[in-house]
Amino acid sequence: MKQDSHIGRLGIDTRKLGMWIFLASEIMFFTGLIGSYIVLRFANLNTWPVPSTVLNIPLTAVNTFILICSSATLVLGLASIQRGYREGLHVGLFLTVLLGAIFLSVQVHEYRNLIEDGFTISHSIFGSCFFTLTGFHGAHVFAGVVWLTVVLIRSFLGYFTPEEYAGVEIVGLYWHFVDLVWIILFTILYLI
Amino acid sequence: MSEAQVSQAVSGTESVHKQPNYGAIFWALFILTVCEIIVANLHFAKPIIVVTLVFLAIVKASLVALFYMHLKFEKYVIYIIALFPLFLAVILTVLVLFDKAPHLAA
Repeated sequence: MKQDSHIGRLGIDTRKLGMWIFLASEIMFFTGLIGSYIVLRFANLNTWPVPSTVLNIPLTAVNTFILICSSATLVLGLASIQRGYREGLHVGLFLTVLLGAIFLSVQVHEYRNLIEDGFTISHSIFGSCFFTLTGFHGAHVFAGVVWLTVVLIRSFLGYFTPEEYAGVEIVGLYWHFVDLVWIILFTILYLI
Repeated sequence: MSEAQVSQAVSGTESVHKQPNYGAIFWALFILTVCEIIVANLHFAKPIIVVTLVFLAIVKASLVALFYMHLKFEKYVIYIIALFPLFLAVILTVLVLFDKAPHLAA
């Protein structure tokens, strides 16, 4: 199907417009979580731990770098198919899936270490906030990895061309948004 | 509709030919992340550290949104869709912050 058949009255691909509206709702979703975090943190200033005493900052910094790399590989994959270079798209998507899976693996490893040390979701308000925020973000990353895998398979099947690459562009919007949210979460949960 | 107009409408961007230097954006994000780690470990006053870290995070998030999500090249409708909830998010966060930390408003 040609992309111009999806152009709506606003002159924008309706699939892309739909994704942006979805992302707008996601902004409000994460804002609600972050707002709750601020309320709970300021209500418990005296008992709130210094994050670096509980969390593994260097490991998470590396994980943040991995997620940033995954955004770069995806955008380079998209740029490749726009120029008609299909192998570039395959490599870009494959590396993005791989880096996304590594990010999730590191997060699971981090969770396991924290839980072994007794830091669970019911340990403290900080624990509840930490696991809720990172857990919801992790669920988004998991959904992104599954979606990217489907797009990778479709790219191997030849669905994408220099004229039709909306499938890659739209999953890219979602994935970059997930990266963007992590940039904020990493700062407020781990560093501040 | 001419071929060029269709091409522009298909992507929904102002120009499909404009491609940012993704490598430069990537290294900027990497350097800013390193800066965040360094700043978080400095022994300055807490408010200075917090403001600097929030500023660095906003710069990083903006780079991702503007260049990786191509917001810089989008049509105004997409800007409105993206910025309106962001505007509400800022209002909510700032109001909650001032409500819970009255000394900040003083």
